[in-house]
Amino acid sequence: MAIRDHVAPGSAESGAEINAELSGLDALEMVLPPRPSPWARIWWSLWPKLMAVAIALGLWQIVVWSGWKPDYVLPGPGPVFRSLFDNFDQILQGLQTTMQRALIGYALALVIGGFVGVAVSQSRVLRAGVGSMITGLQTMPSIVWFPLAIVLFQLSDGAIYFVVVLGAAPSIANGIIGGIDHIQPVLLRAGRVLGARGFANLRYVVFPAALPSVVGGLKQGWSFAWRSLLAGELLVLASGKRTLGGLLEFNRQFSDYAGLMAVMIVILVIGIIIDSIFGAFDKAIRRRYGLIDAATQ
Amino acid sequence: MTSHPVSPVSEEPLSSVPPIETGSAASAIAFDDVSKVYGHAGNAVHALDRITLHVQPGEFVCLLGASGCGKSTLLNLVAGLDRATTGTVAVEGTTTLMFQESALFPWLTVRGNVDLALKLRKVPKSERRGRVDELLDLVHLREFDTKRPHELSGGMRQRVALARALSQDSDVLLMDEPFGALDAMTRDILHDELEDLWARTEKTVLFVTHNVREAVRLGDRVVLLTSRPGRVAEEFPIAIPRPRRIDSPEVANQAAAITTRLREEVRRHGDS
Repeated sequence: MAIRDHVAPGSAESGAEINAELSGLDALEMVLPPRPSPWARIWWSLWPKLMAVAIALGLWQIVVWSGWKPDYVLPGPGPVFRSLFDNFDQILQGLQTTMQRALIGYALALVIGGFVGVAVSQSRVLRAGVGSMITGLQTMPSIVWFPLAIVLFQLSDGAIYFVVVLGAAPSIANGIIGGIDHIQPVLLRAGRVLGARGFANLRYVVFPAALPSVVGGLKQGWSFAWRSLLAGELLVLASGKRTLGGLLEFNRQFSDYAGLMAVMIVILVIGIIIDSIFGAFDKAIRRRYGLIDAATQ
Repeated sequence: MTSHPVSPVSEEPLSSVPPIETGSAASAIAFDDVSKVYGHAGNAVHALDRITLHVQPGEFVCLLGASGCGKSTLLNLVAGLDRATTGTVAVEGTTTLMFQESALFPWLTVRGNVDLALKLRKVPKSERRGRVDELLDLVHLREFDTKRPHELSGGMRQRVALARALSQDSDVLLMDEPFGALDAMTRDILHDELEDLWARTEKTVLFVTHNVREAVRLGDRVVLLTSRPGRVAEEFPIAIPRPRRIDSPEVANQAAAITTRLREEVRRHGDS
């Protein structure tokens, strides 16, 4: 076969020439915009938040000063923060138990929701059978599950975990199903061409490809878990442990309204912290995947 | 030798053409009387109609045609991603398909992308590092190994995709308009690079394009396909010595002749 007769096989010169041209083009292409310094970035993300907090505290104080309710029913920021400071040990104990339950419940929901989500996304039969059921479960307010949970588990941690998992797992499963459905088909084709099959395909192609859109589902799962947990702690008081939900109810019963609001502030702050953790996670992933446009930052 | 034999069940009247010699053992790719029909009776679409095409080992063949000529279907048949309705497709050795989009995994670095391709082929870890270095050197991208795909230009991404395709060490490289989305200058350089790599690796290349000059610039042979149904309209052996330049008069002349023929084909669709 004389096909290759006329080929001047990759001579040294032609290789060097291609190399020079390519690196010239590459250098032209690789100019990245400079990123602002870390301090500037922290300052720019912080000051609007501080400003918002200051405005909220100001409005609260104005409502208190207006005399709409007596001081002991609606205390101002001063007494509330004093109460927070004075009862910090108690609140910290409650916080510990509550956070521990939240993390365990969320981890359980992750495992169960993750397993169901992956199974449904990979099987047409399961999708037809279970797909709409998951969405149905997701729309059920978690408080609806408590009577049944108490019947099944009595007033115990079990009842709380039951409701937390039922609250969070459907969102997580749906997030994973949605994430896998939205993978660019060309990435799946590329995986197939490279010989990714079965579990290797899931591990090296499907999971990482779905990750950016799964994060939203994980975040939503967390917020369902957190809500269900605090609802549960308000209802299931008999466990004898100090919890944030328990402290709310306890302070209401003993008319310690400053204490009540101090606990509420702690709950709010935790919500904000967890949200910003998810936000940072989401942003890091999108930056890594090239889903953030430098021009719009 | 993988071949995709054909189910004899077909609603189509079988070809009256006498059966052509089945691909000689020397062919890297042999299409014998291959048809591909999508859909059924009433609204059947003939993507490919009795295609016979033999590609020699080490040959660089460009498939050229207007839209709807079933170019991509043809590549899918060779890659085993699809099956012929009638006829046989025989491929000697293994194939790798490269797409118009680089289809790199965005969560992996340049090195990670090539490395994963080797890992999926079960190349042991101890060998992978060296292999990745070699492959990145081939496409002149070693110094960018820690970058992620979104940090690269379109041309660089296609070179990484090429390195990843070469990592498969397949005998046949199938390329589906791989440079279609690139600017002219980058494309010229990548033509040089591809020609150089092909000369060194002795792979068989089946290259789909709708750009006539590109086809003449690269191919040992240009196969012109008709549209709906896709048939082989004419084959043009390209005897211009290599290395070629896309702006050389020889390439321009050959391309002009083929363009004339391509236009005739397109015009026939306007009349009917």
